[in-house]
Amino acid sequence: MSPAEKPAPIEVHDLTVAYRHRPVLWDIDVTLPEGNLIAICGPNGAGKSTLIKAIMGLVPLASGKVEIFGKPAKQGRSLIAYVPQRESVDWDFPTTALDVVLMGRYGHLPLFGRPRKRDREIARQSLEKVGMLEFANRQISQLSGGQQQRVFLARALAQQTRVYLMDEPFAGVDASTEKAIVVLLRELREQGCTVAVVHHDLQSVPEYFDTVMLLNLRMVAFGPVESTFTTENLNKTYGGRLNLLTEVGEKLRKSEWSARQ
Amino acid sequence: MIESYQQELPPWLAFFTFSDINVRLILAGCMLLGVSAGVLGCFAFLRKRALLGDALAHAALPGVCMAFLLSGTKNPVVILLGATVSCWIGAISIDLITKYTRVKEESALGMVLSVFFGAGILLLTYIQRTGNAAQAGLDKFLFGQASSMLDRDVWTLAIVGTLMILVVVLAYKEFKIVSFHADYATALGLPTRAIELTLSTLLVLAVAIGLQAVGVVLMAAMLVTPAAAARYWTDRLGKMLAIAGFFGALSGAIGTYISYLGPRMPTGPWMVVAVTSVFFGSLVFAPKRGILARLTLLRRIRRQTAEENVLRTLYVSGEKEHRMDAPCSTAELMQFRSMTAWTLDRTLERLMARGLVRETSQGFFALTAEGVERGARLTRIHRLWELYLTRKLEIAPDHVHDDAEEIEHIITPELEARLLATLDYPEEDPHARRIPPAAGGGVIAT
Amino acid sequence: MNHGLWIMLVGSLAAAACAMVGCFLVLRKQAMMGDAISHSVLPGIVLAFLISGSRSPLPMLIGAGSLGLLTAFLTGALERHGRLQPDASIGVTFTWLFAVGVIMVSAFAGQVDLDTDCVLYGEIAASPWDIWLIGDTSLGPRAVWILGAITVLNLAFIGLGYKQLKLTSFDPGLAAAVGINVQLWHYLLMGFVSLTTVGAFESVGAILVVAMLIVPPNTAYLLTDRLSRMIMLSVVFGVLSAIGGYWLAAQLDGSIAGAIAVVSGAFFVAAMLFSPTHGVIAGYISSRNTYTTFPEEPEAQPRA
Repeated sequence: MSPAEKPAPIEVHDLTVAYRHRPVLWDIDVTLPEGNLIAICGPNGAGKSTLIKAIMGLVPLASGKVEIFGKPAKQGRSLIAYVPQRESVDWDFPTTALDVVLMGRYGHLPLFGRPRKRDREIARQSLEKVGMLEFANRQISQLSGGQQQRVFLARALAQQTRVYLMDEPFAGVDASTEKAIVVLLRELREQGCTVAVVHHDLQSVPEYFDTVMLLNLRMVAFGPVESTFTTENLNKTYGGRLNLLTEVGEKLRKSEWSARQ
Repeated sequence: MIESYQQELPPWLAFFTFSDINVRLILAGCMLLGVSAGVLGCFAFLRKRALLGDALAHAALPGVCMAFLLSGTKNPVVILLGATVSCWIGAISIDLITKYTRVKEESALGMVLSVFFGAGILLLTYIQRTGNAAQAGLDKFLFGQASSMLDRDVWTLAIVGTLMILVVVLAYKEFKIVSFHADYATALGLPTRAIELTLSTLLVLAVAIGLQAVGVVLMAAMLVTPAAAARYWTDRLGKMLAIAGFFGALSGAIGTYISYLGPRMPTGPWMVVAVTSVFFGSLVFAPKRGILARLTLLRRIRRQTAEENVLRTLYVSGEKEHRMDAPCSTAELMQFRSMTAWTLDRTLERLMARGLVRETSQGFFALTAEGVERGARLTRIHRLWELYLTRKLEIAPDHVHDDAEEIEHIITPELEARLLATLDYPEEDPHARRIPPAAGGGVIAT
Repeated sequence: MNHGLWIMLVGSLAAAACAMVGCFLVLRKQAMMGDAISHSVLPGIVLAFLISGSRSPLPMLIGAGSLGLLTAFLTGALERHGRLQPDASIGVTFTWLFAVGVIMVSAFAGQVDLDTDCVLYGEIAASPWDIWLIGDTSLGPRAVWILGAITVLNLAFIGLGYKQLKLTSFDPGLAAAVGINVQLWHYLLMGFVSLTTVGAFESVGAILVVAMLIVPPNTAYLLTDRLSRMIMLSVVFGVLSAIGGYWLAAQLDGSIAGAIAVVSGAFFVAAMLFSPTHGVIAGYISSRNTYTTFPEEPEAQPRA
């Protein structure tokens, strides 16, 4: 956005999230560098989605702050394209694939403005990029899981931003969709975009990504895949359970102390 | 609505002599209705289908009208039968719509409610205009009219109500597991579908017997509100059923009483207002789950936190001076702790009252022996937690203070012991400060 | 104009206004909020009567509108601060307000020109005689003007806020992320639902408003996969129900409002059975695959 001096796309300071039903995310302190493909890995319940949602302001923070291109998160949020988990919406909603992609443009439109021809053009191009243009007028419940995921990706593309946060885009998609997503991710990196992806399949991390964040309630490791994606770090992430931490988290929640003033 | 012929007593007292046969009848009817609706409503509430009762109550209307059209009488058993059949069709329609189309349950409820009700209104007006003399009073089923209850109505209510409670008592365990986790019940080999059907039937019956007193429109309240109110008082299903039944009966009594006093006061709506007042009372005053209780708890936690913060500040300052009973001025305390002078004064007063702190001279405070012990424990936990975060979570030492600040107030002795064991009984925290040993020479059984 | 035509016009306008906002209630899975609001506006209407001493529309709209918003706020507050489940919050709130309204109607029966039956099923048959006079000039039935104005307002609301309403309904997460105030739009919608309810209340009564709010939108929901078409179709079904209901009521000499609800229900059942895309029969006959939304199943899944 500002070419002269570049603040990092996303900076997270001392972020702690105390959730009602889940444990918590403790003291996350990280700066996502520009132009990287970042995999966010960790076991179930490690807080991967929570981290993304916290950055997007969808869950309340107990403490800490998020900066987007050096601005407070509230102002900077429109600079991030967010791809939520597929189950987060009602796919029976009466709307077409193209229409969903067009929703990605809503952030760019004035209050009562309607999408213009240019917005439609962008939406079509985005659909084309994910190989879904022929399904543009299909109702979304008639798409397969992989196709729905591609529509979500296209919607993020239509936002035309430089930062993408994706919550498990590879979950339950077919092989061709997976391939299409990987091609897309690489393209985005070539354009200098920053993409952080919650990812479950550890096997493919070195192949698809260049940077990895290992998360398990706290940040275990963050850095280039070659140096960070080590057996030792993985053991630390997936191995030793932090029973004490979880228990204390529960206690915090129960004592209504979750909101730190 | 009820004629008072107790001339000697004022009406508000005359009621309690229960000498008026009418009063006795209506009171019994309304209370019975309250109990059965309250108890059955709990299951609907717990199955997250609180509004099902609303839909079913409205869906009863066409059945009431059809029963009258076909039989020509207002015999309670016939009306009950008509209402039950019609509720049943409503319940099945809701199931069919949600199962076979993409329409969501919410919408299905609302559609059955309004379309059935519309059909009922159409039939009702049709009956009225065909000029059948006996129709007078059929529209009482809309808002209910308790004062028009007859002997036989109350007897029907009593018999059906007792049967329903009996079924609930007998099938308590089955109802419980189906309401909590239907899939698990199936996995256990229970006839889940049949149990659910029984529950729905009982709900339908509860609606049907309540129609005459409260009417179709307000029946929903008698099913939802007692259950919602009871939920604030207990965490046990058995108790919840009893409390909801009691609240239902209570509001039945209040409704009857008010309509006895006021000549134009309808019983049903007053029952609803009474039960909602009970609900709001529970919402605010119930122990543990009530708003007041939660606020009190919050206040207690805040106070305790403030006290412990002061104790630890005094301890740390004593540590610096190498003299545990070194006095500290209020100004110093306020420097370390962001609290107002007023809060600090109150906190110090409480600590002094409990013998943990003493005032050495005007405006200067020091720990007593007992206070030193408490301060040591807090400091120990604080530093242990800092160490835990730096060692196990690899968080930079300069980031851990805030967390420990919070944790020190909630760690139990048991967690403390485990923390010590996990960290292998350390002596120094990440900032190389001594971790005060536990009382009795730091020996804590693990 | 023949009074039968006036009644059909009043019914059609009420149905159209309700269907437009009803579509969004249905898509947000808040259909029962429509039920709740249509009941709980009653005390507001009675209060407006008592204070203004007349049936003038403005105080009524204000009274009922504020009660409708109160319902929305109260259910929200019970959920958040009272930790009550959503369906129960709705149930407790609206039954209480409605009971209060009924008590007020009986207590002030002398002063309030409303009776409890009219609350339930309205007086649409009387609407042609309730003429709006300015000086000596008759402008036609008052209900036509009120409902007409509400229809236009709803149209403007949906026209201007289409994209916000759509996005907050479909994906509140994304809506919040692109800076749309999800709460604000929720309460705006609730406000317009209240307004519509009040307008239709006098004609069709509290409970049949619910039929108009949610039955035609659900019928349309089974027939189309486009939001804009769903809104248009639901208006069409609403109007057809109003006309068909008038006819049915004339045959049986019964309540017009009740008949409208029955006819709209019949349209729904027809759509449920015969819809070419989402109908029961079409689903039964056709072996064509549609897809479910299970995340584990990337491949085609026949719909049940």
